[in-house]
Amino acid sequence: MPTGLENKSETVAVSSSAYFLKPVKAFFEEVTAITRFAFRFFKELFMPRYELKELIRQSYLLGYKSLPLIAVTGFIMGIVLIIQSRPTLASFGAESWLPAMVSVSIIREMGPAIAALIFAGKVGSGIAAELASMKVTEQIDAMEVSGINPFKYIVVTRIIAATIMLPVLVILSDAISLYGGFLAVNLKGDISLHLYFSQVFQALAFTDIFPAFIKTIFFGFAVGLIGCYYGYNSAHGTEGVGKAANQSFVYGSISIFVLDMMAVQITSFFI
Amino acid sequence: MGTTVAEIKDIKKSFGSNNVLAGLNLKVESGENLVVFGKSGSGKSVLIKCLVGLLEPDEGTAILFGENVSELKERELNLVRKKVGFLFQSAALYDSMTVRENLEFPLRDLKPKTNEETDALIIEALTNVGLADAIDKMPSELSGGMRKRVGLARTLILKPELILYDEPTTGLDPITSKEISHLILDIQKKYNTASIIITHDVECARITSNRMIIIKNGTAIAEGTFKELAESTDEWVRSFFK
Repeated sequence: MPTGLENKSETVAVSSSAYFLKPVKAFFEEVTAITRFAFRFFKELFMPRYELKELIRQSYLLGYKSLPLIAVTGFIMGIVLIIQSRPTLASFGAESWLPAMVSVSIIREMGPAIAALIFAGKVGSGIAAELASMKVTEQIDAMEVSGINPFKYIVVTRIIAATIMLPVLVILSDAISLYGGFLAVNLKGDISLHLYFSQVFQALAFTDIFPAFIKTIFFGFAVGLIGCYYGYNSAHGTEGVGKAANQSFVYGSISIFVLDMMAVQITSFFI
Repeated sequence: MGTTVAEIKDIKKSFGSNNVLAGLNLKVESGENLVVFGKSGSGKSVLIKCLVGLLEPDEGTAILFGENVSELKERELNLVRKKVGFLFQSAALYDSMTVRENLEFPLRDLKPKTNEETDALIIEALTNVGLADAIDKMPSELSGGMRKRVGLARTLILKPELILYDEPTTGLDPITSKEISHLILDIQKKYNTASIIITHDVECARITSNRMIIIKNGTAIAEGTFKELAESTDEWVRSFFK
């Protein structure tokens, strides 16, 4: 004799599976939309007109204006890394390895990852907020009705600028970090700048520098792409501006870690 | 009677379950100011956004200068759009650019011009709206009325044959509203442009209109001159003018 409980348990099972499937479906829909956005970027990239003036302006705004923040964090990172590592290395009597250790850590991983995360926070969310505001105030529509392709002018230039400028910032940040490390080494020791940098470069191989540089190009592209995607497709209203900036930082940061993980796996095949 | 510059045939547009336009028709002749009147949220702005291809209608046809907008490729649509000016409700000035750069921007894709020619065009457009001295200001330094004027100057710089005004007097004080309304009229007389003016400001409609339509529930329920509609036998239509 049917009790009616069978139907109830089926309903619970369906609703719980829907509960779990909904975010998964939303995630894949979002990834698909971002991929489409990226395809549109590559399509527009090679078609004239080329917005060189705007690209230079964006490179200045995204790169040069981010330099102080990335330089300061890089400098502090170099100092902190030495101060934290010294006791451990000292317990093995390996303090002389400090320059080598700091160089490999910074060049391979910490420099690119930390600079990229700061870039995602400052530049990625800034791009998203700016584009979302332009959408709210109908500036993007105004470009479109005056016969100008807003995707090309606004999106393509920002993604290229982010892709170019992050690697440049990482190189500068790494150099400043290493200098910070030099100062920290000298807090409890005495080493000349020449000797310090000799040890730094002796510890580095081509396989440390090249993959690290290449992955920063992808980090920059991801930050620019995600910032532009969330800004360009934001919902109307001021709430949409905040949400776009927030999503840009969250997904930009996650994409940096995912790309980093992939880069490490790919690099490990060649080392 | 002039030639038809814009036509909307049986346009329908919904947002979810909200039917904003439900089979609307209108036609604008060259040199004519057509005022589209209606309550807030009646789909007036959606109408002109469908006309320039900013929104895709669910059904129906939008025709600009004889071209079916939804059938045009992006490049062709952009060429047609060059003949249309659009004054947005918020003026939509580019925040990161000065007034001069805002006005220069729509000129970029036109034939190469010397700096002197470009400057002359910018000064002419700004003089037409009485703001020649604001040329080097940033949009954030301008008042609401000045922003509308600069937006209008940016629209005028391409010498459009049709201008679409989206709530041109909304958010302005009565004196500035009147000035903007007279400016719209002056532009029509000076350049012989056709215009579609979206508004719910009776005074603006009185000053600017050659002909009016009134929208209710997504369709045009009344059409005529300002005087005819103000004296309509329909109580609902007449209530707008009280």
